Amino acid sequence: MQIVTASGKGGTGKTTVATSLALIAAEQDSVRFLDCDVEAPNAGLFLEPVLDARKEVGILIPQVDEETCTYCGKCAEVCQFHAIAVVGKKTLVFPELCHGCGSCTLVCPENAITEHLNVMGVLEGGSTPEQIDFAQGVMNVGEPMAVPIIRELKKWIPDSSSEIEIWDAPPGASCPVVETIRGADFALLVTEPTPFGLHDLKQVAEIVKELDIPAGVVINRDGIGDSAVEAYCEDSALPILIRIPMERRIAEAIASGKLLLEAAPEYRPDFEAMLKTIVAEVSA
Amino acid sequence: MKLAISISGKKLSSPFDARFGRAAAFCIVDTETGKWEAFDNPALSASGGAGVQASQFVAEHGAEAVASGAFGPNAFDTLDAANVEMYLAPGNKAHTAAEVLEMFKAGQLPKAEAATHEGHHGGSH
Repeated sequence: MQIVTASGKGGTGKTTVATSLALIAAEQDSVRFLDCDVEAPNAGLFLEPVLDARKEVGILIPQVDEETCTYCGKCAEVCQFHAIAVVGKKTLVFPELCHGCGSCTLVCPENAITEHLNVMGVLEGGSTPEQIDFAQGVMNVGEPMAVPIIRELKKWIPDSSSEIEIWDAPPGASCPVVETIRGADFALLVTEPTPFGLHDLKQVAEIVKELDIPAGVVINRDGIGDSAVEAYCEDSALPILIRIPMERRIAEAIASGKLLLEAAPEYRPDFEAMLKTIVAEVSA
Repeated sequence: MKLAISISGKKLSSPFDARFGRAAAFCIVDTETGKWEAFDNPALSASGGAGVQASQFVAEHGAEAVASGAFGPNAFDTLDAANVEMYLAPGNKAHTAAEVLEMFKAGQLPKAEAATHEGHHGGSH
């Protein structure tokens, strides 16, 4: 079973919720945790895995053999991203524009194109003290595209037999978030009761609806802002699964690298109940 | 010589557009005869790679030189490979394409010897 945490707005508490949920789930089941926020993975700071596996990942980009190329221009014509250009007697490749789709290689009538791995980041994996099977993607500084790394991360060790997988999504509502959410059985939407939280919650709620994934909401920093998030959840039939109040001691604990349930164990029953609800919903 | 000028309209009297890849249109003018033709820039709404696409477009239309306000690294490399010369026209004041053409003819436009800025590529992919 795959559970994804997403939020839209950054800093609402996705990782806070995902890591404590992993802790609870690991008490009964085998758990795999994927930090899909490859631009700034931070779940490892809380779960403290020993990372002993590493794999370089990226996309396959074209390399043109100048001897064989006849400059027919079919590759440039098919490329939706203008990553390959044919001008006169030259074929130029722009790796940072390439999405690695392979169309140029496919249409080349001279078989003049070979594909080579353009490394964009690394996958790192290991185990936490609670025996959570942990993996994260780390994008190289300066890379513009996170999606290929997330795609590879989700495929890494695909025969992993964990009963519960938790995927921690990046913030936002663009391609990397869609790539992370895709294929999940349940989406946990973490938000805060502010106009910003609501605005982005709506966007992510639309994505999970489009992908036909059941969802529930966690309201973090409950007590600040207004009641518009609650009203939206009611209108959209999104169940509110947990409310975590705005409390200085929780913020301080998170800032020092502690898990929410270490700092505030009184929320343990809420997390247990939430996991039960999700399992029941997915198994139904 | 055939000169491409980035413009924001479809006439020689249209205002000069200082952007290259994201220019609204290109006016391609024969500097000897004064004969000109204007084309919509196909790269205007490209999600990425606008500089590459616009460069291929003007090269395919026979331009031997381009006058614009700026050239990014990909546009520079593509135009350079196509042997299209790049000239920089001032974008800080409103000019028409006709005025840019006159400046070019008078030898007042400096040649771009390298990309004028970093790439814009990225966005949300």
